[in-house]
Amino acid sequence: MRILFLCTLFSFINISAQEYFPKNDGVKSKNTNYTAFTNAKIYITPTQIIEKGTMLIKEGKVINAGIGLSIPKNATIIDLDGKSIYPSFIDVYSNFGIVIPKSKGVRFRQKPQYDSKRKGYYWNEHIRPETNAIDKFKYDDKKAIELRKAGFGIVNTHLQDGIIRGAGLLVTLKADGTNADRLLDDTSAQYLSFTKSKVSNQGYPTSLMGAMALLRQVYYDSDWYAKGNVSTKDLSLEALNSNKNLAQIFYANDKMNALRADKIGDLFNIQYTIVGKGNEYQLINEIKNTNATFILPVNFPKAYDVENPFQADYVNLSAMRYWNQAPSNPGVLAKNGVSFSFTTHHLKSLNDFNKNLQKAIEYGLDKTKALEALTTVPAHILRKSNQIGSLKKGMLANFLITSGDIFDKKTTLYENWVQGSKNIINDMNIKDIRGDYTLSLAGNNYNLTINGKPAKLNMKVKKDTVKINSKIHYSDDWLSIILTEDDKPKRLNAKVSSDSDNLNGKAILSNGNTVNWTATKKIADKKDDKKTDKDNKDTLTILPITFPNVGYGFKEKPKQETILFKNATVWTNEKDGILKNTDVLVKNGKIVKVGTNLSDKKAKIVDATGKHLTSGIIDEHSHIAAASINEAGHNSSAEVTIEDNIDSEDINIYRNLAGGVTTSQILHGSANPIGGRSAIIKLKWGEIGDNMIYSNSPKFIKFALGENVKQSNWGSAQTIRFPQTRMGVEQVYMDYFQRAKEYDVLKKSGKPYRKDIEMEVLAEILNKERFISCHSYVQSEINMLMKVAEKFDFNINTFTHILEGYKVADKMKAHGVGGSTFSDWWAYKYEVNDAIPYNAAIMHSVGVVTAINSDSREMSRRLNQEAAKSVKYGNVSEEDAWKFVTLNPAKLLHIDDRVGSIKVGKDADLVLWSDHPLSVYAKAEKTMIEGKVYFDIEKDKLQREVIKKERNQLINMMLNAKSKGAPTQAPKKHVKKELHCDSVDY
Amino acid sequence: MNIKLISIAISLLLFLSEVLTAQQTPAPKQQEAITIIGAIAHLGNGKIIKNSILIFENGKLTTVAADGVQSKGKVINAEGKHVYPGFIIPNSTLGLGEISAVRATMDQDEIGEMIPHIRSLIAYNAESKIVESLRPNGVLLAQATPRGGTISGTSSVVQLDAWNWEDAAVKVDDGIHLNWPNSFKQGRWWLGEPRGFSPNKDYTKQVNKIKNFIQEAKAYGSDTKNNRHLPFEATQELFSGKQKLYIHANAAREITDAISSMKEIGVKHIVLVGAYQADKTIAILKKYNVPVLIQRTHSLPFSNDDDYDLPYRLPKILTDNGILVGLENSGDMERMNSRNLPFYAGQVVGQGLDKEKALQLITSNTAKILGIDDNYGTLEVGKSATLFISEGDALDMRTNKLTHAFIDGRAISLETHQTKLYKRYMDKYSDD
Repeated sequence: MRILFLCTLFSFINISAQEYFPKNDGVKSKNTNYTAFTNAKIYITPTQIIEKGTMLIKEGKVINAGIGLSIPKNATIIDLDGKSIYPSFIDVYSNFGIVIPKSKGVRFRQKPQYDSKRKGYYWNEHIRPETNAIDKFKYDDKKAIELRKAGFGIVNTHLQDGIIRGAGLLVTLKADGTNADRLLDDTSAQYLSFTKSKVSNQGYPTSLMGAMALLRQVYYDSDWYAKGNVSTKDLSLEALNSNKNLAQIFYANDKMNALRADKIGDLFNIQYTIVGKGNEYQLINEIKNTNATFILPVNFPKAYDVENPFQADYVNLSAMRYWNQAPSNPGVLAKNGVSFSFTTHHLKSLNDFNKNLQKAIEYGLDKTKALEALTTVPAHILRKSNQIGSLKKGMLANFLITSGDIFDKKTTLYENWVQGSKNIINDMNIKDIRGDYTLSLAGNNYNLTINGKPAKLNMKVKKDTVKINSKIHYSDDWLSIILTEDDKPKRLNAKVSSDSDNLNGKAILSNGNTVNWTATKKIADKKDDKKTDKDNKDTLTILPITFPNVGYGFKEKPKQETILFKNATVWTNEKDGILKNTDVLVKNGKIVKVGTNLSDKKAKIVDATGKHLTSGIIDEHSHIAAASINEAGHNSSAEVTIEDNIDSEDINIYRNLAGGVTTSQILHGSANPIGGRSAIIKLKWGEIGDNMIYSNSPKFIKFALGENVKQSNWGSAQTIRFPQTRMGVEQVYMDYFQRAKEYDVLKKSGKPYRKDIEMEVLAEILNKERFISCHSYVQSEINMLMKVAEKFDFNINTFTHILEGYKVADKMKAHGVGGSTFSDWWAYKYEVNDAIPYNAAIMHSVGVVTAINSDSREMSRRLNQEAAKSVKYGNVSEEDAWKFVTLNPAKLLHIDDRVGSIKVGKDADLVLWSDHPLSVYAKAEKTMIEGKVYFDIEKDKLQREVIKKERNQLINMMLNAKSKGAPTQAPKKHVKKELHCDSVDY
Repeated sequence: MNIKLISIAISLLLFLSEVLTAQQTPAPKQQEAITIIGAIAHLGNGKIIKNSILIFENGKLTTVAADGVQSKGKVINAEGKHVYPGFIIPNSTLGLGEISAVRATMDQDEIGEMIPHIRSLIAYNAESKIVESLRPNGVLLAQATPRGGTISGTSSVVQLDAWNWEDAAVKVDDGIHLNWPNSFKQGRWWLGEPRGFSPNKDYTKQVNKIKNFIQEAKAYGSDTKNNRHLPFEATQELFSGKQKLYIHANAAREITDAISSMKEIGVKHIVLVGAYQADKTIAILKKYNVPVLIQRTHSLPFSNDDDYDLPYRLPKILTDNGILVGLENSGDMERMNSRNLPFYAGQVVGQGLDKEKALQLITSNTAKILGIDDNYGTLEVGKSATLFISEGDALDMRTNKLTHAFIDGRAISLETHQTKLYKRYMDKYSDD
């Protein structure tokens, strides 16, 4: 009710809204005069422009704008001949007047917070749709002045805190008014992000994928709540439901996060407006396919200060490239038909706003699109196109008066009118005295140049070629100049008249005498100006993007080829075993022939004499290419999936290809007994995450046992989460599987049920649709989990790490579970005290399907060597050892019908090795996935040269930028944290 | 291979070693002469003898020759097999820590910034289960090295088959370890700083602190009677040249700063450890004749734009430039990974380094760097009989299979906690 009331109140935003207020300080004095602006070039909208037009405003609104309008008698007329009127700007993503809370931080040895401390709200404190920004809003006069100076008339502000952040408000920047005048809407939009609230220490979610899962669950819950299925009060869900029809603005702040947010929206038929980072151009096609409107920052990165070559080494090519390419982001999006508005968010200083806009235009942004991004698009996002964003009849009288094209460097912004109320930025009645003059003073001639901004002029004075010290001050039509020659100051002043370009006045010389002076304006040489403009354009080099847009990215994505490997030693992993002098033909991404003396007219021939050809290595346990790995906030996190947060730009993808890896299972970490779902990917470097994931991918989930899940090594504060012992771990499973069973029964019964993502996933396990890969070390727990599974009538698919698998290999064989282990790791924690390098050999000999995995982005690129260690430790045959990293993991992942051996009909995921593939001396020379060569040792050599060259080019560009006065930042090296089982991020 | 066959092979292997020694009890002194015949002898100095005869008596090699010499004492027929000098793992916390996650087992990092007087040797656990696990891969010597702080302390060289640390000592207090500060510092992410690297504003201050300490230590000189200063006193042999200063540094600027400033003060022998960007500092390394211990080759490149194989190749680059290079293995899980030392050397062969030169990276070069080359690192007459026999090429995991190993002529056990478990469970399954 309160919201409704405020809406009604503020829909009459002009002064007459207060007509019913008592008046005790004088007589009623409402101004209903018109103001008419004549002879102006008027941008009614970015595309509807009238020359020499008139605009009439009254009581804060546009009455009309056009040519030949009749001007009422009670009108003040302002002649704007030669000047332009634009609708003023709108910032749709702002925190104007609302303080962003600071995190309290976590004290040393502070106990973690698992549950919410709030009552009557959603169980997670980072879900705060009940927030109303209006409650925290305090008009910020100082900031408003800055914003108006930058051309803004309206901002849409909100409390930038939490995953769901509640409703924002739309306010004008009217200087002489109250919030009663300014407030256009107190529930203008709802805001969301992937970032947790700073006012809460509740742990969940600890990961990006956790934030994504949480959002989905909240939407399901709000629906369940709306249907009246919840007996208790939840003010968060109520607020979420009542905010449902507002514009939904999602702070993604990254190209990949933009795609992630959009995917969530698609599931619930919500089209978010997405706040970008400025790197969206790098994935332009995918960004376009979101169909979202974007809100873009204009905080282009500063050049790195690379003068010190030692320090320059630390800056990655991708960071340097970003500096070069980022200003083209708006232009690229506009050209691709992506609609967007601009925000000042992330800008350190508003002074840079216009400068950066001009830069974006210089880098290819169309001026009309730029203006739309500041006026009609934000109005559209906020569903207020009938009120703001243009100067059509009836719209708010929010407009700018400029000396000319608003995006031109030389243009002056004179006035910024908000709701019909004038704010002078630069006095337009003051004469522009910038230019070159000849000054005659006391028998001497000087050359005088006045430039700079109207509000802050600079002056250079020369007598012949000698520079004279000078100062200038100009305001309210009065000009004063001080010239100091030989420590003798001369004080000049003059009243500037509007009818002459020349200046004249009186000067007081150092001896106290007063003389007259004149300065005659020289005619400006306009050609020069144009020439320098052109020069600038010629030197603008925007480097092309690559796939992905980092070092070793492809200029063009690899294409499927028909390739004939001739005369190789072929490790088939099939009955044929290892075939010498054999040919393999690859066509349409598949292996089509294996034999001798093969030929194909169209095929590219690869002479493989003396070389070995194998199927690609498959890493059952990898943590590369992910933005987050562990959702550690709960003891079960089945609701999260690594598929949500594939990081397709991780250089380790490329490095793994260079080690012959073609498929990896990206597993959730081991922070909790029930982890998250896996992503099984092919290392298609250059593609986005979704294109790397197997089609019809088998479904997997990570479980974990032992020290990690009982938090043994997490520090003394982490002792409150269940379980803390191996005994407790069993009961976690018993509890969750029992609940999942009951959930599934209810679901299948057709009765209404609360959709619970976590239970859906666990029910898939019970229904044998999803497989478990379980992190495990000691024999007791391994045995336990098999027994739990048997109680619920399913099988564990894989034990991963499984370092004491050798102690229960017979039981594993009987249960039908596979083992995916390290070759020789041990001694890093207590539970690996009995880990032995013979583990793989023993499990294999007992008949367990055995694989060797990495869990390390370094080791994964040498898995061939790790397999070879099974030959050393336990005398496994070379053929079988090789299967430990190819066919066996394929079997464990249920993809052996597609990959894992060289067999006609299987995917052409192949590696050509320089030597025996189990030898430490072997190098992968070509790594192919589905007939596309993703790594080629010869091309890698060329790439190194290309990178060197491009780095050098960019370093030179940055040095030039610095010498021309561009601001710089200290060199930085961005580091991607190594993620492994124990990694808890956020 | 079926279970039975494997277990027969194991029993055979264990039987063989049991003939030589009882178990992991340190082996007794060499009693009778031992002759190894027929092996390909990799001398560790770049040379090989194809059909070799090696004789050692009283712990010393008395014959290293091609065929044609009379054998003596006990004869081991190693036809088709390979003989190598024992591999040496320098800059290792071996014996100083056991299980990384269990604090009570960790003794490698004392508190304090400048603590050269801290000595690793007396904490070296000769009975560590990790120590014995290195021997079956051919790693027979180690430099037990403390970690942490700016000057971490003093290392010693040990052999890996001993009753106690006194027994184990090969070279006592061989060097002092200095961790040079980084001019680029990684953000303290646990305090909310970005994870990336940015310039370290305190670099000069930190460097001056080190210079100051070393200068003061030198000034302290021989005046040790009154007001003894243990840390200063512990550094004195750096200036006499009896001890070496191991400077741990990776980036080009730091390497240059460290070597030039320490040389200026008068440190006689410097060894560079880590050395990721040493290829950019060849000139200064040569100028001061500084050898290098390169971080494990099985590492990731430091920067995204670096060649994927740069860590594999760096030892070759430096070797080709005439620098004396050894391989070390500090970092994650360093102790248990030390047994992979031979394969770190093998990795460089893949990058084009000659196999015998690669062998030197973990034998003679390291011995020279540690100052134990008068006795260890090569198979030469007069030197210690610290060597092993492998069925195949020991630098390749595919073929590294030891049948015998000797330290100072003592026939050591190749059995470990791990081989015992292997045997126990293979027996269990073959009985089933």
